[in-house]
Amino acid sequence: MKKLKADPKGVLTGSHFMDGDYALAEGGLAAGCRYFGGYPITPSTETAERFSERIPYVGGVFIQMEDELASIASLIGAVWGGKKAMTVTSGPGFSLMMENIGLACMMETPLVIANVQRGGPSTGLPTLTGQQDMMQARWGSHGDYEIIALSPDSPQECFDLTIEAFNLSEIYRVPVFVMTDECIGHMHEKVVIPPAEEIELVERKWYKGPKNKYLPYKNDTDGIPFMVKVGDGYRFHTTGLTRDERGYPLLNAECQATCVSHLIDKIKDNADKIIHLKEADIDNAEILVMSYGITSRVSIKAVQEAKKAGIKVGTMQLKTVWPFPEKRVKELAGKVKAIVFPEINAGQVVLEAERVVGDKCEVVSVPHYGGWVHDPNVILNAIKEAAK
Amino acid sequence: MKKEEQNTEKNPIEEILRMDRMPHIWCPGCGIGTVVTSFAEALRKEKYDLDKIAIVSGIGCTGRVAGYTKLDSFHTTHGRAIPFATGLKLAHPNTKVVVFSGDGDIAGIGGNHLIHAARRNMDLVVICVNNFNYAMTGGQVAATTPKDANASTAPYGNFENAFNLPYITEAAGATYVARWTALHLRRVTKSIQEALNKRGFSFIEVITPCVTLYARRNRLGDGLNLLKYYYDMSEIQHGADTRTLDISYQGKLIVGKFVDKEKPTFLDAMNKHLSSVLGNKYQIYGDNND
Repeated sequence: MKKLKADPKGVLTGSHFMDGDYALAEGGLAAGCRYFGGYPITPSTETAERFSERIPYVGGVFIQMEDELASIASLIGAVWGGKKAMTVTSGPGFSLMMENIGLACMMETPLVIANVQRGGPSTGLPTLTGQQDMMQARWGSHGDYEIIALSPDSPQECFDLTIEAFNLSEIYRVPVFVMTDECIGHMHEKVVIPPAEEIELVERKWYKGPKNKYLPYKNDTDGIPFMVKVGDGYRFHTTGLTRDERGYPLLNAECQATCVSHLIDKIKDNADKIIHLKEADIDNAEILVMSYGITSRVSIKAVQEAKKAGIKVGTMQLKTVWPFPEKRVKELAGKVKAIVFPEINAGQVVLEAERVVGDKCEVVSVPHYGGWVHDPNVILNAIKEAAK
Repeated sequence: MKKEEQNTEKNPIEEILRMDRMPHIWCPGCGIGTVVTSFAEALRKEKYDLDKIAIVSGIGCTGRVAGYTKLDSFHTTHGRAIPFATGLKLAHPNTKVVVFSGDGDIAGIGGNHLIHAARRNMDLVVICVNNFNYAMTGGQVAATTPKDANASTAPYGNFENAFNLPYITEAAGATYVARWTALHLRRVTKSIQEALNKRGFSFIEVITPCVTLYARRNRLGDGLNLLKYYYDMSEIQHGADTRTLDISYQGKLIVGKFVDKEKPTFLDAMNKHLSSVLGNKYQIYGDNND
C-alpha cells in the first residue's frame, strides 16, 4: 500500500465551527475526492451544497444527477475514469442506490457513500434522526458480499472518518459507508482540519506491469487485485456478471464460488486491520455498553450516572460497525455480566452482538424508533436492570 | 489458397473485437451483430485511437456488446449505462465514451437518464439498438413495441403508445439524432463516424430484427423477411420533423439524420460559466485534470 500526503488544494486547514454535513464534504475534499455526483435529500443535502461550492476552487466535478440511481452509477464510472468519488444521501436515496452498490462491490470499485440517516421506513421522518439503515448498509444489495461501514459521533469524526473511509476503500477496493445521522449532520461543533502534510492518504493500487499481461481480477499477494483506469491502453473489461480473472463473464458454480468468496474474504480476513473501536473502563466491568454514532454520546450521561450508582460499566464505541467486531465482543462476553446496546432503531446491530455472544452473557437491546435520541435515563435504567 | 494462408487471414474488424470471447450469444438473424460491425467499421475508417475510447453497456441482448469489444469496456446494470458513462466521461474527459445498449435499457428502465444526459448535452455517443421488445427475458412488451404487435406480456396485442425516440431526444436537447435500420449498414457506419467526431450528446437509433421472439411471435418470418420489410417500408428523410417519426406496426419507417447542431457540452458550459463568475480563482477542469 503506497502512502501519500493530501493535496493541499483540497485541505481547508484551520479550526472551524462546522456542522457534520459540511465536515463530510471537507473530509472528502481533503482525502482527494474530485468527483461528487449527488441528489438532494434531507438531511444530507448540505454536504452536496458544500461540495458544489468548494470544488470550483479545488479542481474537480460536482454534478447534481437526476436521481440516486444515477448518482451512484456515475460514481462507479468516475472511479474507473481515475477519480476518487463520493456521494451523500439519506434513507430513501440509500434504498435507490442499493443495486449499484452491488455493482460497485462486484467490480471492486473503491468509493465512499455517506448516509445521513433519518427515521424510516418510507418517507418517515425527513428532518428527524434515526439509525435505521445500519442493516441495510450491511445487506441492502442482493447477493453475498461484504462492505465497510463507519459511524462518526461528531462533526470532527465526520471529517476524520470520511478520510479513513477513502483510505479503506482504496486498500480493499470496496464501497465504504459513513453512516452518520440527522443529529450529527446538523450539529455545529469545532472541527479541526490539520495541515495537508499531516493527512496520510492511500494511493489507488495502480497496475504498472505490461499492458498485455493485465488481468483485472487477478489477486495480488495481499489478496486485492490491481486497478487501471480508462484511456491507459489496457482495453480491459469489467462486468456485473460473475466473472473470471480476465473480467470476462463465466456463469457457473465454480467461478461464482471463487468470485463471491473473494468479495467476502478480502474484508473478513482483514477485519482486525479494518476495525476501529474506542473502549473505556473495560477491565473489571460488569456491564458493557456498546453503541455507535450519536447514541455513543447520549450514552455518556447514562454511563456516568450508572457509575455514580456504583455499577462497574465499561463502554465500547463502534467507529467501525461493519465488519462487526466479532472477536472482541466474544472475548468481552466471557468477562461481563451483560451487554447493553442502545440504538435509534428497533434493534439492528444488537442482533450481531446476540449472535456472537450466544449464552456467554445477557444482551439487552435498548431500542428507539427514531425522531429523537434516547433519554439517557432509559439507557441508565437498562444498565441498572442488567446489573441486578 | 494454401491452408496456412487461410488461417492467417483476418477480418479487419477483429482488432476491435474480443475474439477470445467468440462465438457470441446472439441468435441467427439478430441485428445486433450488424450494428457492432458498423461500429467497428466506423472506428477502423476513422483510424480511431482505440486506447482513447470506452464503451458502456447496460443489460439485455445489446447489453452484451461491451463484453465483445476490445476497448475499455463496462457491462453495467440495467438502465444505468448512461449515468455510468456520464461519470466516466466527466472523470476522464479526453476519452470518447460510447453507450451501446438496447431500447429496453435506454428508453425503458433508463429513460430518465436518457433525457437528462441529452438535456445536459453530455458529450456521449448513444447507440440504441431497438428491436421492439425485451428479448433477453423472452419477448416482453417494451416502451418501443408498436401498437397492436404481440408480445409475451401483451399476449392479446399491445395497446400502449410507443416512444418516438428521435422526438424525445431532440426535445431533450441532443445535438445529433439519427435513425436507421439494420439494413442501412453503411449509413449506420457513417452516422457513428459523424457522432465520434462530434462533441455533445449524439443519439443513433438502429431498428433491428429480433427473429427468435418479436418476429416469431408476430409471424413475421425470419431475418430476411424483416430486412425486406425495412427495404420496402423505410424512407430516408434527412432533417424530417421528429414529431412525425412514430412507428406503427409493420408501418412506414422514416429514417435519416434528423438533428446535427452545435451547442456547448456540459463541461464546456461548466468551464465557461464558472470562469466568468469566479474569474482566475476557478480551476479550469478538463483533460489535464487526469
